[in-house]
Amino acid sequence: MVAIPSRHKSLVLLAGVILVQILALAVQIKAKDAQGDQASLIRGWTVAAVSPFERAGAWAVEKVRGTWRHYFALSGTAKENERLRQENQALKLKVVELQSKAEETDRLAALLQFRESHRDVRMIPARVIGASADSNSAVIYVDRGQRDGLRKDMGVITPDGVVGKVVEVYGDSAQVLLITDKESGVGAMLANSRIQSPVGGMGEPLLNMKYVASDDEVNVGDLVVTSGMDRIFPKDLPVGTVAQVKPGTTFKQIRVKPAANLERLEEVLILPTLESFDMMKNSGSSAKNAPAEAKPEAQAPANAKPEAAPKKPPVAANPATRPADQPR
Amino acid sequence: MNVNDTFDIRGETHIEVYKFRGGSIFVVTALALILQPLLRVYLPKTAILDLPLLITVYFGLSRRNPSTGLLLGTVIGLLQDSLSKSPLGLYGIAKTIIGYLASSIGARLDTEHPAARFALTAVFFLLQQVIVVLIERLLLAHPGALFNMRIAIAAGVNGLVGVFVYFLLDRLRKS
Repeated sequence: MVAIPSRHKSLVLLAGVILVQILALAVQIKAKDAQGDQASLIRGWTVAAVSPFERAGAWAVEKVRGTWRHYFALSGTAKENERLRQENQALKLKVVELQSKAEETDRLAALLQFRESHRDVRMIPARVIGASADSNSAVIYVDRGQRDGLRKDMGVITPDGVVGKVVEVYGDSAQVLLITDKESGVGAMLANSRIQSPVGGMGEPLLNMKYVASDDEVNVGDLVVTSGMDRIFPKDLPVGTVAQVKPGTTFKQIRVKPAANLERLEEVLILPTLESFDMMKNSGSSAKNAPAEAKPEAQAPANAKPEAAPKKPPVAANPATRPADQPR
Repeated sequence: MNVNDTFDIRGETHIEVYKFRGGSIFVVTALALILQPLLRVYLPKTAILDLPLLITVYFGLSRRNPSTGLLLGTVIGLLQDSLSKSPLGLYGIAKTIIGYLASSIGARLDTEHPAARFALTAVFFLLQQVIVVLIERLLLAHPGALFNMRIAIAAGVNGLVGVFVYFLLDRLRKS
């Protein structure tokens, strides 16, 4: 047996450890191509070990923030109280005036809601408890998982627009790939011209709209919405607005600013993908004049947490009538 | 080897090998891995920080043992991969190499001065970026930017934060 000089032992160890990891990388790539992610077990263990601390951290931050807001940030409260008292008097007068307008608005909203009510979509509210541990991938972790009925490829939104999709599901948490990630993509179209083109992330704050022909007209500020073609998001959810348009040889180079504030995500809504899509398809085809019945499988799973139960809010093909379910 | 042993390299430089209070490496590593994702939620600007890298570099420079340095880097990198979307091994390989280099450099140079720590941390950040991008290109076929202004700023910021964090971590050394 050839003896390794002691000064070279660490080099041999370095080479060995790197080789093992390269092999591990190769196995993962191969496993993904064949039948899923073999590394999900160790990944699951690590996430299960860390997510309680992240959950506790998020809870602690909320508590500290609450304590600060309710106790320490009250200096000058007396002056502000006096100012508010005066303001309150003025506002009382306004309230009376607005109440009559609000009643009118409520009636109109009820009409609109009735018209949209066949587009019932179940949503699962979730709190963001962490983000990616590396800066190269744009993912977040939410405090809902398999036990709440989450599955891979479910769409994730906020009332402002599309956030991303669920890529990994664990017991009590899930990993969400943001639309800004390099590997992310959403079936989208321009709201006005209805030109369809996928929108993908670039690992930067702006998104890339890929295949819009050079002779199509696109302007900065144009709204980009989901096309529904990816079978993840219902049609017409806001994706973002066109921020830059540059001419290209075959396709325009279009950058889109996401509608959702992806840097400040604290609560999100998860769309149980296929159920909502099927419901929309059904309602779109045959139930134009009557609210569609939700399919049994579209209901919450038996082991879902009570808060995750379907509330069937009127949703939201139209950005003006966005989902209003509250996160826990 | 005794706590705070001093040994002679090439007969001219005295380099101290530091040991730490029991469990402190484990606790600091766990804290970095928990804080890293949590900070990104509440302070999105901190996304450019790489706390696990700072921990790898610090303990590598302080312990000055290439074997333990590279193994610590491996563990931290793999755990970081587990908590992200990256395939297991991407940051594992990068931090293995960083851990090895930090320990090797630590055994040859005095790295206690803040300026040296800043420079080394910034260089290690850039090196990690290069390794990650190369692995992505060669093994995963994902194109990524090798260098841009954001990466340069991130290297500087990590260097500055590193100097501060290392100062705090120095308190954990056994006297």
